[in-house]
Formats: sequence, structure tokens, C-alpha cells
Amino acid sequence: MSESTSIGIVAPKIAHFSEPLALKSGEILPQYDLVYETYGTLNADRSNAVMICHALSGHHHVAGKHSEEDKYPGWWDNLIGPGRPLDTNKFFVIGLNNLGGCHGSSGPATLNPATGKPWGAAFPVVTVEDWVNSQARLADYLGISQLAAVIGGSLGGMQALQWTLAYPERVRHALVIASAPNLTAQNMAFNEVARQAIITDPEFYGGDYYAQGVVPRRGLRIARMLGHITYLSDDAMGAKFGRKLRDGNIKYGFDVEFEMESYLRYQGDKFAGEFDANTYLRMTRALDYFDPALPYGGDLSAALAGVKAKFLVVSFTSDWRFSPARSREIVKALLDNELSVSYAEVTAAHGHDAFLMPDPHYHAILRTYLGTVLSAADDASRSAADTGVAS
Amino acid sequence: MTSPLNSAEFRQDFAIIAGWMTFGGKVLDLGCGDGSLLQFLRQSLEVRGYGVEKDDANCLAAMGNGVNVIQMDLEAGLSGFEARSFDVVILSQTLQAMRNTEGIVQEMLRVGREAIVTFPNFGYWRHRMQLIAGQMPVSEELPYQWYDTPNVHLCTIKDFDEFCVNHHIQVLERRVITNGEAVHRLPNLLGSLAMYRIRRD
Repeated sequence: MSESTSIGIVAPKIAHFSEPLALKSGEILPQYDLVYETYGTLNADRSNAVMICHALSGHHHVAGKHSEEDKYPGWWDNLIGPGRPLDTNKFFVIGLNNLGGCHGSSGPATLNPATGKPWGAAFPVVTVEDWVNSQARLADYLGISQLAAVIGGSLGGMQALQWTLAYPERVRHALVIASAPNLTAQNMAFNEVARQAIITDPEFYGGDYYAQGVVPRRGLRIARMLGHITYLSDDAMGAKFGRKLRDGNIKYGFDVEFEMESYLRYQGDKFAGEFDANTYLRMTRALDYFDPALPYGGDLSAALAGVKAKFLVVSFTSDWRFSPARSREIVKALLDNELSVSYAEVTAAHGHDAFLMPDPHYHAILRTYLGTVLSAADDASRSAADTGVAS
Repeated sequence: MTSPLNSAEFRQDFAIIAGWMTFGGKVLDLGCGDGSLLQFLRQSLEVRGYGVEKDDANCLAAMGNGVNVIQMDLEAGLSGFEARSFDVVILSQTLQAMRNTEGIVQEMLRVGREAIVTFPNFGYWRHRMQLIAGQMPVSEELPYQWYDTPNVHLCTIKDFDEFCVNHHIQVLERRVITNGEAVHRLPNLLGSLAMYRIRRD
């Protein structure tokens, strides 16, 4: 195994799209920007591109640092780099910020070219389908007709699945991690509480808070605190905080006393200071709406009938927000269609967050699977797919 | 949970299974280990298939061998697989380590049009001799001590024949081998590995 290192210093780029994008809602986005980063080198036949789809709070900055002074690298740096499981010596990796995001792509906080003011509440509600259509345009822009793989965890996994549905000829492998074919009522309920926290914040102003010079910080903070609870397992929280008191004494009050409270407040405050509330609303709605089986009467196997990609599906035993049972539904639908699929159920204590952690077995699975992606057998499937496009 | 047999017998085992397959058939290998059987069948007969495996290290090895592997515990049944969705379902030297032995055989016959079951024959004379000498058998086929064995449902060829009759299972073919050689005479005494090709009556 070669030595694994970070990709080093990276810089974001912006792609402008002037062709209107028809959204699932019926609205049309007349023009938009997507901010993205790339790592590694696109090979001569443009066959080694891998797209990383981000989850609720993710973005284009997936690996490396923007400057030596950066405290933290990109959000999936442990996966991507020279010698890492997604090896940038072999792959050309693309990370982007989805439409509606708040890290540089067109979204509620960016200027609406029609008005010269921030979009605010007027920015359309975007869906997983819309994101994947915009990602396909980014692939076009980069001169890539077929991706070697699309990889995503959680909401990102839904995008990877959607790629194989919307563009069966354009993706050879989908890595769907800690994800689900749709959200359960309980999962959507968490999203609704989070949105209500934001929408009922007096400083939300119906989503047009930018003009007021305020942000609905309290709502966003509570939304994030709630989210954090659901991303961890009971055991992981127990191991991390237990009933530990911050300074050893019960104070019979309502300020921070337990370590767990301190953690949640810290995470909430940090997030409220850097994330946009309107983006949070849209990301959670995209999660709620994704349901590829819906037009097929709930029959996921029927929905996947046109899929051609090969799949790796991964779940984590302690993940209760995107439980292994939901991943097994995806696996079953792929099996029903006789598609190529491997499924790993990783024993992990960290709950949903496990998909971002460098668990050795989890990373070995990703490394091993990705090792087959540019193999001779994969080349054969590539020419088959190319023939498919041509005919 | 494939036992570490010598390579000659291993290939014989594989060759017999391959002989029961059709070219390009669809195969499910339960307890697929590192996927070497599926790899062999894919190379020799271009079968399409999936392995099912519980163990992390085996899943990783199977994936590395380019085999589609589904990580799950067979004891939970095969609810993720539709009825009659495979030509053949294989359970190679894993039957004896199953708790829900009856359940898995029924599940195999639901999911596959045919099933192949192989197991170490507890009635093999070397095993009988060790019992007569007063100890639990330990052999190449049963390489565990009584206190660390994963094998909880060992049986003889005679036992499995009776099991098939009682469960309305039709035995299409039976092969018995010892050290890679076919055994025709007194199989329950002279055979170390039993191989059955079965389907529902």
C-alpha cells in the first residue's frame, strides 16, 4: 500500500451556466453558478472521473486545504488523496456545491440577476433530480461524457442513486453510503422540527432576512442541535459524554451543566455562524421529496429497471437515521434487476456520522471496491456502455 | 466458513459443482468465503452470481476477487431474494455451522430452482474411529476442537438422505469424495465430503 497523504493546497473554481435549468417544481432557473473543486488529473480518454455528491451541510471543498493556515481540510479528506482509498493518483475527483447551497453556488443568499438583490425566499425549492441534472451539466462543462463513479453518503447517496436512474449511460459505478431510497416518516419528522425552528425564528422574515441585516440564528442553531442528536448513536453519545458534568457540580439551573449540552450548543453556534437558514430548509426538503419508487407505486425494483451502473452499497450498524434496513431495500431492488451490486454492513458505533469517519474496515471496503473500478473488467463494461451510447 | 481442505480436493469439489451448472447460469453462493468458488465458476462457465457472507474479512476478500458479495447473516433467512430468482443456490460446507439448518435449506429451495449442499460427512470412518477412541473427531474436514468449533449441526450422509425424504426434497444427484477421489462403495463410511444436488419434490 502506497503512502497516503492529503492532496495539499486546492482552489475552488466557478462554472457559470447560462442555459436555463427546468426544475422538478416546474420553475425555471434562468442561469446559475456552480462552485467546484477537482483533485487529480483527468486521463487522456476522460474515463477516470469521480463525482462526490455532498449531504445536507456539505459542499465542494471535499479534500485538501485552501491555504496552509486552514485549521481543517475538506470534509472527506480522509477518503481522498494520493494513496487514499479514492486515490488521486488514479482518479480525477470532482466536488461541487449543490444548487441552493451557501458555499458559492447559486442559492438563496446569492444575488438574483433579475433583481440585483439576494434571492432569499424566491430561490426555488430544488430537488435531488435537479441537482443531478445540474451535476450532469458540470460534467459536460468539464468534457466528461461518462463518470467512472459517483459517490455520496446520506443525501449524497440519494444523488448517486439518482445519477444511475437519470443518466444510466453516463455512470459506471455508484457508491451509495449510509443512504436510503426515501425517508421514513420519522426521518422526515426530524426535518420538519428543524424547519419549524428556523421558520418561527422572529428573525427569519419569511426567508428575506438578508435585507434586514439579520439571520435566524436561534432557529438554525436548534435545527443543527437536533440534527446532531440524530447523527450519533445512543452508545456513541454515551461513550463521548455520558452524564459528565462540565465542572463537576449540579447547579439547579438551565445553563450548560452537562458536557453533552456544551457540545450541542457549540455545534449549534458554530453552524449558525456559517450556514444559511434558507439553504437548510431546501436541503431538508430535497431529502423529504426524494422517492424514485413513487411513480411506480412504491415498487423500487420497477423504478430501477433502466439502471446499468454497478453498485457498492454501504451501511453502518448503529446508524438509526439511515438504517441498514433502508440500504438493504436498495440492494434488493438492484438484485431484482440482476444488477452488479456488493453490500457491506459495517459494524460501527458512531451512528450516521460513521460514513465520514476513517474506520479501517470501511475504508478498506471503499479502497478495494474502487480498486476494481479502473480494472480490465471495468474497461470491458466501459466499452459496452460506450457502444450503448453510440447505438 | 469453508474448511481448509487441500487444494486437490478443493478443485474436485469445485469441478463437481461446475459440472452441475449451466453455462451463463445465475448462481447464489451462501457463505461464499473469499469468493473463490464464484470466481472459478465465472471464469469456467461465465455464471452470473452473488455471494452472501457474514464475515468482514471474507467480504473484503471476495470484493477484491471481483465477486459481488452481499454482507448478511444467513441465519436471518433470504428475505432479500425473490422466489425462484436463481438457477442454483449453493451452500458449500456451511450447513453444519448453521443454527437454523432446516430453515436455510427451505429458503435455498424457495430462491433457487435447484440447490447444491455440501458438507463434511460425520460418518466418515476416521471420525468414527476417533469417537470409538473416546474423543470428538478432529480432521482436515473438521479442523476444530469441540470447544471452539463453529459446527453445531454435524450430520452423516445417511442423516441427510433421511432429512431429504422427510422434507420432501428430491435428490437429483449425490457425489461423495475423499481426498479428491470419487467414492462409490460404502459412501457413508468411506466418504469425507458429501455433495448433493437437490430440488423441491
